[in-house]
Amino acid sequence: MKSRYRYYIAALLLAVAFASAQVAPSTLMPVASPVRVPPADGFLQRWLLLEPIAVSGLTESAVRATVSKEYFPNQLAVMPHDGDKVAVGDAQLSWHAVDTKNYNVNLYHFAHALGKPTSDVLFWAVTIVNSPQELHDVRLAIGSNAASVWWVNGKEVVGIYGDRQTVIDDGVSRRLTLNKGPNVVRAAIINGGGATDFCARFLDASDKPLRGITVSLVEAAK
Amino acid sequence: MKYALLATALFVVSLALAVDGQIGIHDPSTIVKCDGKFYTYGTGGSSLVSDDGWTWKRGTALPRRGLAPDVIHIGDRYYVYVAANIGAQPKAAINMISNKTLDPDSPDYKWEEGGVVASSDGVEDANAIDPGLFLDPNDGRLWLVYGSYFGYIRLVELNPKTGKRLNPNDQPRNLAINCEASDMMYHEGWYYLLATHGSCCRGADSGYNIRVGRAKKVTGPFLDNDGIDMIQGGGKLFAGSGGRVIGPGHFGLLDLGEGVQKFSLHYEADLDRGGASVLDIRPLQWKDGWPVAGENLKEGIFEIESVRTGTALELAVEGMPVGGRRGRGGRGGGPGAAPGRGAGVAPGGGPAGRGIFEGQGTPIPPQDVVEVSKTWPAGNVDVRMANYLCEAQQKWSITAVPNAGGYPGSPYFRITIAGTDRALAATEGAELVVLPSFTGGPEQLWRMDQLGDGTWRIIPKSIPNSKETLALSAVGSSFATLAKFDPKSEKQRWLFKAP
Repeated sequence: MKSRYRYYIAALLLAVAFASAQVAPSTLMPVASPVRVPPADGFLQRWLLLEPIAVSGLTESAVRATVSKEYFPNQLAVMPHDGDKVAVGDAQLSWHAVDTKNYNVNLYHFAHALGKPTSDVLFWAVTIVNSPQELHDVRLAIGSNAASVWWVNGKEVVGIYGDRQTVIDDGVSRRLTLNKGPNVVRAAIINGGGATDFCARFLDASDKPLRGITVSLVEAAK
Repeated sequence: MKYALLATALFVVSLALAVDGQIGIHDPSTIVKCDGKFYTYGTGGSSLVSDDGWTWKRGTALPRRGLAPDVIHIGDRYYVYVAANIGAQPKAAINMISNKTLDPDSPDYKWEEGGVVASSDGVEDANAIDPGLFLDPNDGRLWLVYGSYFGYIRLVELNPKTGKRLNPNDQPRNLAINCEASDMMYHEGWYYLLATHGSCCRGADSGYNIRVGRAKKVTGPFLDNDGIDMIQGGGKLFAGSGGRVIGPGHFGLLDLGEGVQKFSLHYEADLDRGGASVLDIRPLQWKDGWPVAGENLKEGIFEIESVRTGTALELAVEGMPVGGRRGRGGRGGGPGAAPGRGAGVAPGGGPAGRGIFEGQGTPIPPQDVVEVSKTWPAGNVDVRMANYLCEAQQKWSITAVPNAGGYPGSPYFRITIAGTDRALAATEGAELVVLPSFTGGPEQLWRMDQLGDGTWRIIPKSIPNSKETLALSAVGSSFATLAKFDPKSEKQRWLFKAP
């Protein structure tokens, strides 16, 4: 029996060593251009992401409590820049500008690459959608793993709760108006455990991906 | 009139059955719409008219009284075909009359005689009664089918510009036998001949039932699902007796557009109306290339599930798992499957590590809405969709609303969270909300039309500050709104499932 235990322990140590040597396959890239045009399916692929904040709970009431708490000053209005730091408790957390290769933003890749926790965490994400004109009857359509709450130009527009996986157009806002020029889209994504990601796009009045918009991370795009 | 009085009296205690009002009629014609009103004509000069297709009243009799009229609207005229025996059966003739309007209050209301379009001489194998009109959507040709149990169901061509016989010298084609009350329709490459089999006019002892065959050409042969030609007595059952109604007959297509099809018929005996012969309107479904008689929505408690997303409409409140919240079990944890119902495992009991997979050991009762709703907000609450988990905020009571009008075949319904008065309503801006109580406003009244695939279209009677007609739409997996109905999309198709 003792020899069998030694075998198990050796195998476990080997697995741990292998796992720590792995680099998470990143789907995220540095931002290399001032403006990004969403693809035909309309997904917003450029975001500023804040390093994760430890939280707990995915039920609707727990998520409401989580997003109601102030973690850093002006958290629902600030438009950060790449590399900006905020103090959350005793921690200094940085904002990171990223482009995603996919329709979704893989927060597990984001946090894992930084050596940050991926479970029981809150991610803040923010981007700017530039519209060439005022657009009525559009909707923000999102999906997330797990719960998330979303704001457009400072107004909460949609929230989805519970332990869930990312589904395209899972949560959809009521009809809203995009301003001519920049529109700030902000999200709080709360993960319990395991994979975590989100996707977001705007739909036009016919529920088709909104065309003609661009995405940037600085309001100078105005 | 006797039927009508009886029907009206009985309706007080029986709501969601056949259509409402003075609905006594035998052999109703195809229902046609004229200037916003619905009209149908029956044997013996009977006539019914309705503003909404749900509540009917006596109309103005035709100038020609006879057997089982049929009506068709072509261009700016309404053509009515009325049969009459002109001697001992089967000597009969079908006359055509026409009018620019069916509204007797219109200054244009003036009937013109069009003459005989088909007849039987009393010797031949035909009885020229029970006309049925069919305008071929493929080529615009107009056809008349007619006949009864004396011989064949026959087909002749009419002139769509005049409603008269196209060529009186053309010999009628025989299409079917041993039936009557025939009619035709076209659907996705097939012509369908619907005819009524069985005996009529015997009240609850009437064996009337509607059967159907189909053909690739309007001239037949019309075969049933077993390949038997209707001219040899074939016919697939389309509508038979059931529930509290006996002897369905006299099919008439009512195409409401946007893929919503219904059909009119009469029952020889509606048991809830004292066995009277009454009008009804029911949904028309299609399955495997055959028409199927649908049922109008009946009151009940339902899960309302989106065909598109598979998620269920719910009040946007935090749900409580049925049986209470419990911790998550380890995935795959536990050496055995959960025990069967009543296995007697104590709550939380069992070997360590099996936990939630053991269940609580006793049947879990349905969620008590009174209990779980204590934490729900008192005012307006949003609507959303979620995976159906048998929770109270996901169960909807659908109830007919008396004296609120309706639509072809059904009254308006209210949709409330079961066990509460919280009512689904349309809002300004064409979104949805659940009000704390039902107050009867038109934005709280709902129309449910069954579509050809058996799913349902759900439409509010009106939307505040809007004249648009919009349908309940699953725009996302977790969100519903109101949007223009698209027959090609699954967004506006819903299922009513037993909760």
